[in-house]
Amino acid sequence: MSLSRKQRRMWLVVLAGLGLGTATALTLTAFQDNLVFFLAPSDIATKNPGPDRAFRLGGLVEAGSLQRRQTSDGRPEALFRVTDGPVTVPVSYVGVLPDLFREGQGVVTLGKLGADGQFRASEVLARHDETYMPPEVADALKRSGHWDPSKGAAPPAASWNTLTPGQPAAPERSGG
Amino acid sequence: MIAELGHFSLCLAFALALAQTVLPLWGAARGHSRLIAAAAPLAVGQLLATAAAFAALLAAFAVNDTSVINVVQNSHSAKPMLYKLAGAWGNHEGSMLLWVLILALCGGAVAGFGRDLPGLLRARVLAVLGLVALGFLAFVLATSNPFGRVWPPAADGQGLNPVLQDPGLAFHPPLLYLGYVGYAVTFAFAVAALLEGRVDAAWGRWVRPWALAAWCFLTLGIALGSWWAYYELGWGGWWFWDPVENASLLPWLAGSALLHSAIVVEKREALKVWSVLLALLAFGFSLLGTFLVRSGVLNSVHAFANDPERGVFILFLLLFYVGGSFFLFALRAPSMAPTGMFAPLSREGGLVLNNLLLCAMAAVVLTGTLWPMFADLLFQQKISVGPPFFNSALLPLAAPLIAAMAAGPMLAWKRAKLWPVLQRLWWTALAAFSAFAITLAYAGWRIGPALGFAAALWLIGGALADIVERIALFRRPAAAWSRARGLPRAAWGAAVAHAGLGVSILGMAGMGLATDRLAAVTPGQSIAHAGYEWRLDRVEDVIGPNWTARRATVTVLRNNAVVTVLTPERRFFPVGRMNTTEAAIRTSVGGDLYAVLGEEQNGQAVLRVHDNPLAPWIWLGAAIMALGGALSLSDRRVRVAAPAPRAAAGVKV
Repeated sequence: MSLSRKQRRMWLVVLAGLGLGTATALTLTAFQDNLVFFLAPSDIATKNPGPDRAFRLGGLVEAGSLQRRQTSDGRPEALFRVTDGPVTVPVSYVGVLPDLFREGQGVVTLGKLGADGQFRASEVLARHDETYMPPEVADALKRSGHWDPSKGAAPPAASWNTLTPGQPAAPERSGG
Repeated sequence: MIAELGHFSLCLAFALALAQTVLPLWGAARGHSRLIAAAAPLAVGQLLATAAAFAALLAAFAVNDTSVINVVQNSHSAKPMLYKLAGAWGNHEGSMLLWVLILALCGGAVAGFGRDLPGLLRARVLAVLGLVALGFLAFVLATSNPFGRVWPPAADGQGLNPVLQDPGLAFHPPLLYLGYVGYAVTFAFAVAALLEGRVDAAWGRWVRPWALAAWCFLTLGIALGSWWAYYELGWGGWWFWDPVENASLLPWLAGSALLHSAIVVEKREALKVWSVLLALLAFGFSLLGTFLVRSGVLNSVHAFANDPERGVFILFLLLFYVGGSFFLFALRAPSMAPTGMFAPLSREGGLVLNNLLLCAMAAVVLTGTLWPMFADLLFQQKISVGPPFFNSALLPLAAPLIAAMAAGPMLAWKRAKLWPVLQRLWWTALAAFSAFAITLAYAGWRIGPALGFAAALWLIGGALADIVERIALFRRPAAAWSRARGLPRAAWGAAVAHAGLGVSILGMAGMGLATDRLAAVTPGQSIAHAGYEWRLDRVEDVIGPNWTARRATVTVLRNNAVVTVLTPERRFFPVGRMNTTEAAIRTSVGGDLYAVLGEEQNGQAVLRVHDNPLAPWIWLGAAIMALGGALSLSDRRVRVAAPAPRAAAGVKV
């Protein structure tokens, strides 16, 4: 059968609508399950997504917190703490730490928070040069009161970890 | 002096682009034939001026002229010559200069190869290309001058990001840009057609070679980028759904759709308005990619600078070109009457389905790429959209696309019957189904790879079946050879490109079964993985031209026989004070053995070893796809671009 012009146009509109509708439906369903939220350590208390949902945890690698050990099956495991000042989260990661991973610097990790409060990272991202601060981490530090943007530019990344909340420039170490 | 000459050439190119935009359009509107004829020489002039500017930049990098800021920031005297030159486009300013150079090359190519085009159409196409060049030359001159001087000259440069010092990456940007910017030509054809208010079979015939060429380069560029990520980043993956990768995939999807819809315009004069829209979209996506990568809204290896002024300028250009062309489309498209009737089940119908699915995929990728940015701006929500989203949203769209891809080329134009086509494909379907079943039986319940192997066999078998049918290999074997020689190259090209995608998917399915193992070992110890024994022999210091490194020697054994020796490295670049990881890869037909060296502690070194079955076929498949495109381009009917006699009568000016 050959279709008339009107019918054909109708077909095309229906098909295009169908395609668009399918794409939208697929996008929304996939969004529901796969959006990955970014949380700073302070956010976890209020927005704990539960042990089954992966999220990105970002902050500073607490100075002096990095330990290495081996898992029972001989794989190297890195243990460190990620902090945004008020709250600190212990993180474990089995794998090769990226070239630019440093204590006292910004880091973003992807993983799940166990019921024991230990964050098990499946990915550690520290992909930039040593003065770089991931924007999410900078934002989290701003929110936790470590950095007041009205008082000028952010202090150098390496000094973040020595700040205490409420006392923006104190040289004292806050520890954990 | 050379830098100033370069800057001057760039200003000259700007003036020529202005003339190239205004004069032909004015001439076309008023019917001044001399102004119309000026378009081609002006385009060639702009090409020469831009090329001179680019040559000046290359010269500044080659002699390491440290009074030029760009050289100071991105080069160093200790770099090998290839990376000194590649460094010229390995930074924001230089890469934008490369962008305008390739755009000028496209203009020159239209002026040179487009002698058969009707004069008026060619003048308008060149004018639109001039307008695009104008905006980007203004961008380079106003915000990203690559020829700025610094006084006093620095003692030496600060070096190029070590990850970018790699032969794959030296050629990745030029290929990718040839693809991106190539769609400027189809865009110009679309706008010119809208200005003329006419699209016909001849238009489809002129647009198709440009769409094909751009598609070939883009395919190669994307594949090279993916290959680079695979061997240089050392993560063992080949596609990360990084926004920058998505930005190059968007024009590829739209461009693939355009490639196919232009066939319908050429053969059947249908889908004309839709093809024009696709041409606008493909270039719109190219501009969006340029914006995403160059504005600094994304943080990645590609974001050289975080300068909001540049971002706003490119955003303005994006809105101007995309908004302007869509406005023109809205004005003119309704007057273009659709012609060419076809039944839903026909070659045209199949190509409509192809377009629909490719566009739906583009929509999904676009949403996933831009949503985190919008969520941040609108809701102050920090989210990211990762591979699981793209995989689960794209699979339901890719599956029917691939299913239809093998059958589509066998359908008749206008009205087709499904049954004879299925009869020709039954053994392919059988092969695909067995691949699915065998993978499940062998590798366990892994739906993704099993579907991948089935899709790969379905596509390769479908392409074979198509060729076998066209040359009547089994029905009249005696005449098959002469029929094969007589078969148009475009038909060969289509079959090769479709099979190439099948080969790529074969590699992807293989990578779906990849395994890796991480262990800390002392020299002399071994890791058992994937049926191999990976023995760490030693870790030693090595010194390269501009780096020092720790290099591990890993002997891979199978049944106590040496298979290969891998030497992964961790390099330290003193100039940039950066570490990079150099994966060691041994490629064979069956796949890659891949080793990465991690940190060392207490005499132990961390090793990560991967077994990546069929990995190289991902990029080989892409090369085969590009080869198919090139075959199709070499078709005499395409190359000559001679309008069919009937069509020619209608478009003579």
